[in-house]
Amino acid sequence: MLPESLRDNSTAAALADIATAGKLEFGELTIEVAPANILEALRRAKTALGFTRLSTVTGVDRFPAEPRYEVVYHLQTIGNKERLRLKARVHSDNPEIESGCPVYRSANWYEREVFDFFGIRFLNHPDLKRIMLPEEFEGYPLRKDFPVTGMRY
Amino acid sequence: MAIESRIESGVTSALEVEQDYEKHIKDPQAHRTMVLNMGPQHPSTHGVLRLLLELDGETILKAAPDIGYLHTGIEKEFEAKTYQQGVTLTDRIDYLAPLSNNLVYCLAAEKLLGLEIPPLAQYTRVMLAELTRLNSHLVWLGTHAIDIGAMSVFLYCFREREDILRIFEMFSGQRMMTSYFRIGGLALPHPRGWQKRVKDFIDIFPSRVDEYEELLTGNAIWMGRTKGVGYISLEDMLDLGVTGPMLRAAGLALDVRKDAPYSSYEKFDFKVPTSTTNDVFARYQLRLEEMRESTKIIRQALEGMPSGSHQADAPGIVLPDREKMKTQMESLIYHFKIVTEGFRVPAGEVYQTIESPRGEVGCYMVSDGTQKPYRVHWRGPSFGNLQAIPRLIEGTLIADVIAALGSMDFVLGDTDR
Repeated sequence: MLPESLRDNSTAAALADIATAGKLEFGELTIEVAPANILEALRRAKTALGFTRLSTVTGVDRFPAEPRYEVVYHLQTIGNKERLRLKARVHSDNPEIESGCPVYRSANWYEREVFDFFGIRFLNHPDLKRIMLPEEFEGYPLRKDFPVTGMRY
Repeated sequence: MAIESRIESGVTSALEVEQDYEKHIKDPQAHRTMVLNMGPQHPSTHGVLRLLLELDGETILKAAPDIGYLHTGIEKEFEAKTYQQGVTLTDRIDYLAPLSNNLVYCLAAEKLLGLEIPPLAQYTRVMLAELTRLNSHLVWLGTHAIDIGAMSVFLYCFREREDILRIFEMFSGQRMMTSYFRIGGLALPHPRGWQKRVKDFIDIFPSRVDEYEELLTGNAIWMGRTKGVGYISLEDMLDLGVTGPMLRAAGLALDVRKDAPYSSYEKFDFKVPTSTTNDVFARYQLRLEEMRESTKIIRQALEGMPSGSHQADAPGIVLPDREKMKTQMESLIYHFKIVTEGFRVPAGEVYQTIESPRGEVGCYMVSDGTQKPYRVHWRGPSFGNLQAIPRLIEGTLIADVIAALGSMDFVLGDTDR
């Protein structure tokens, strides 16, 4: 459900049926969708709304809240006139979400980075493995329960 | 699989190349290709990039970049530092453009805080950000020319770079890790005599750019090595996340300075150079053109430098004046509070982007209302650009790899963070 304030926003309206929440802060539009709908949301954003560029993908760990992880996609139209932040909350029991690679090829590395640091698995990703850290590294460093100092997870 | 369809698939993995390598060891007759490890210590990768190349003779069938050798966990580190302390980390991300990184970080935090930055600080930021662009482009030009075999250009470029670093030192006391932009304005007021130093530099600089052009543009070897090399279509670049001069050399004038102006860039008159040739030579010419445009911006900033304070009027966020701190009780309390525990930033999230010398830098900052950022994500332009490497060099000759990679102008610190 979108708040009243976003009624006149055409971008929000196009995603209204799958949006679970939304806000417009600092001139930046955020739309939240269920993890199952993320691919559909990205597809619509690219084809119907003209968000040609995927600027970045990242994660936020909301520990100890549940669903614990946020997967955040930052999209832009060419000319950067419009920006959109798509968000999906993923439960920590089974941190899985559909990969955005079929829509944006650049999602490949960005999602590998999220996998590397948060341990969120992207389904149907062409090459899901660690990108920065060595393959044998244990743990996911950007999780809030990973210590800043010391070696133990 | 046929070469064409492999290249068509676009996405390659290091694992696949390694598997091919295994097969190759066991049965040399089955595979007539060779796997070459370029890097992580190869001089032309400017840092520690490892490229796995599968070769058929001199043609590259498959390329798989392997990154992460310079990963320093800066994003995690941000979460353990106060907002103001985080500025020093940004210098170390893209070490050839420290001030661009300072700027995007400060802009993101200031957006969350709702701070109004005085015009003097905004103009200084623009001026120094453009000097940073010159600095970075000079390093790029010098090293790119060395890679291709033109040794002398490097010496000329570093002569001018030295002048820029001296200006940075004058302003901030540091040559490279400046941390001169702080949340709320600038770290220090302008140094005495800075106008003359900057003016002397921009007066001489356009003629120096002509000098580089004289050395390279008409040079038969340079043209032979760069013209028609390193083509990648605009659609592929957009889809793979490439930004900056690479895109502009393919004819798309995508520049955050124009599209979403920040720090009063809208008050400056400058062009965004584009080219349509879309090869290594075009990227070279484009960057030279950008240097000329940057010089114009610096001149405008120098001549139109407003007067006023170098810091926002925000007690509790900006450190009080030294004099006041020693004479007024309230200022002393603020000073103590800011230094010991930092300042609180209202909860919220912003994604701020700016145009660095390499492309779009993005800083996604999430605050939970405390003195330390809840999460800072850094979108390094080099990271996006590197993803296009397989598309850029697959199907080309190995001799062209160096030229094509050089034209990308990546910094591994920015990629790995």
